[in-house]
Amino acid sequence: MELLALVKHDCPVCDQVLPALDAAGVRVLSQSDASETAEQARRLGLGTVPELDVDLEVSARFDPDAVPALLLLDGGAEADRVEGLQRDRLAAVAARAGVTLDLGDLPPMRPGCASRTRDPEVAARLLAQRARAGGRITSRMLTVGALEDPYEALYDRGLTDGLPVVPPTPERVAAMLEHTSRHPQDLVGVVAPYDGPATVEKVAVNAVMAGCPDEALPVVLAAVEAACDERFALHGLLATTHPAGPVVVVSGPYAQRIGMNAAGNVLGQGNRANLTIGRALQLVVRNVGGGRPGREDRAAHGQPGKVGLAFAERLDETAPWEGLAQARGVPDGETGVTLMALEAPRVIVDQIAREPEGLCASLALALESVATPRLRLAFDAMLLVGPEHGRVFREAGWSRERVQAELFERVKTPAGELVKGAAGVPEGLEPEWVTDPAMLVGKFAAPDRLLVAYAGGDAGLFSMVFGGWAAGEIGSAPVTVSVQPWM
Amino acid sequence: MDVGPAHPLEILDPTSEREPGDRPLAPRDGPPHTIALLDIHKPRGVVFLDELEVLLRERGHAVLRTGKPTFTKPAPHDLRRDIAARCDAVIEALAD
Repeated sequence: MELLALVKHDCPVCDQVLPALDAAGVRVLSQSDASETAEQARRLGLGTVPELDVDLEVSARFDPDAVPALLLLDGGAEADRVEGLQRDRLAAVAARAGVTLDLGDLPPMRPGCASRTRDPEVAARLLAQRARAGGRITSRMLTVGALEDPYEALYDRGLTDGLPVVPPTPERVAAMLEHTSRHPQDLVGVVAPYDGPATVEKVAVNAVMAGCPDEALPVVLAAVEAACDERFALHGLLATTHPAGPVVVVSGPYAQRIGMNAAGNVLGQGNRANLTIGRALQLVVRNVGGGRPGREDRAAHGQPGKVGLAFAERLDETAPWEGLAQARGVPDGETGVTLMALEAPRVIVDQIAREPEGLCASLALALESVATPRLRLAFDAMLLVGPEHGRVFREAGWSRERVQAELFERVKTPAGELVKGAAGVPEGLEPEWVTDPAMLVGKFAAPDRLLVAYAGGDAGLFSMVFGGWAAGEIGSAPVTVSVQPWM
Repeated sequence: MDVGPAHPLEILDPTSEREPGDRPLAPRDGPPHTIALLDIHKPRGVVFLDELEVLLRERGHAVLRTGKPTFTKPAPHDLRRDIAARCDAVIEALAD
């Protein structure tokens, strides 16, 4: 049995115990630097200057909450420990190693000071070192020179979306990785267009860059998993000339836990989680998948949501329905992410309708215009119902399915108005397809091809519509993934 | 204000860290004999390919008309292998 003590220079309790440890010849390691340690030894009149715990290696191994910490070691393994000043315990533990401590008239009990391994900055560094040593972090290190501005350097190296990013230091990434139960080297998905393997670690690196709160990582992981699902057709979505991009809808209690906004200005500025989750996904597409605007991304215009667009559904007492993810198979009480390829949202105003039929008729008018009224069955859409419109459906007892069915029936137009050349518009249905000009032609391929979500502020008789991209099996289908396995 | 010496900043590489492999052009021995015309199934792509086919046949090339199932997804591996095995060159009508 042998004794080992951990101390630091600016701890009054260490000052009280050190002379006794010194007199008894106990090996002492200091968490402070050489000059601080020498000054403490001089001040206390110690016979031996404590050794230095270089890089806090020993402190990190035994990880005490407080110093002084007296460790009783048996062949290097810990057999017992005392943290702080506990006079009788210190004497008893020392005695087991055959050492007599003269603790004189020290008080019987005094709590110690926080170990330096508990300093947030030091703890973060140690966590990152352990992550590297344990194979949890394996990414190549990039060095930004001392004279470089890190924000400019990251932009210049082509690693950003054009906005400044948070430098992904090992400390920040290691801290974020604490928020998932998955091993950092687990594969989340293979990212188009160059089939880059997105490990949990790589997703976290990009999520740090996006500015995500650490606890949002499970949501980003679910979004990346959804994007890599073959049904989502990420390769085509990235490469298309169309402006659509991936939109992340988060439904369930975890959205509230990470502070996502589902209420006023839900699609706008002001909420960190909303603004960064979609951005993290797009940075993964850029950095892991290799998809860059103007190169692999051939969008003619793009749209602001391609920087990243995520929002939470409002699932409080005002909600007319269960969450979108729950309607698509995620168990109640869990949280799910629904990813859909969508263009920029725009508002549908109806400040008059107070009955569900009239409101659906009004919404149907706006849904006709997705892409162009002349194109039928080719595009899906998402309708984001606002609370004042949602109230009309809730009070009438209309389910989501009933709203979808009603809209599916109402978004129809006589074929004669859609044929090529009608009203002077060249786009439209081939004339040979139109045998009966009065025949109604639907806009959507099926009722459930119009996804319906619920969010927004209390006031405002508005809903929002997002047009889709090439839809269904020949294009991109919405994908829903549970956040639960990533938590 | 502490203005101590600046230190380099270590960050983690956010990319897949994969270097793109070399993809050299196929060896050419004179003009291609058989040319694949790949229709990605965008509207009016076929109009362009029909014109090309006429011009290519006039010049003595053999033409293989082929297409991928949807413009939204990469060409299936079997299709790519088939074109590579049967043709000396491929022309793709991208559309829009």
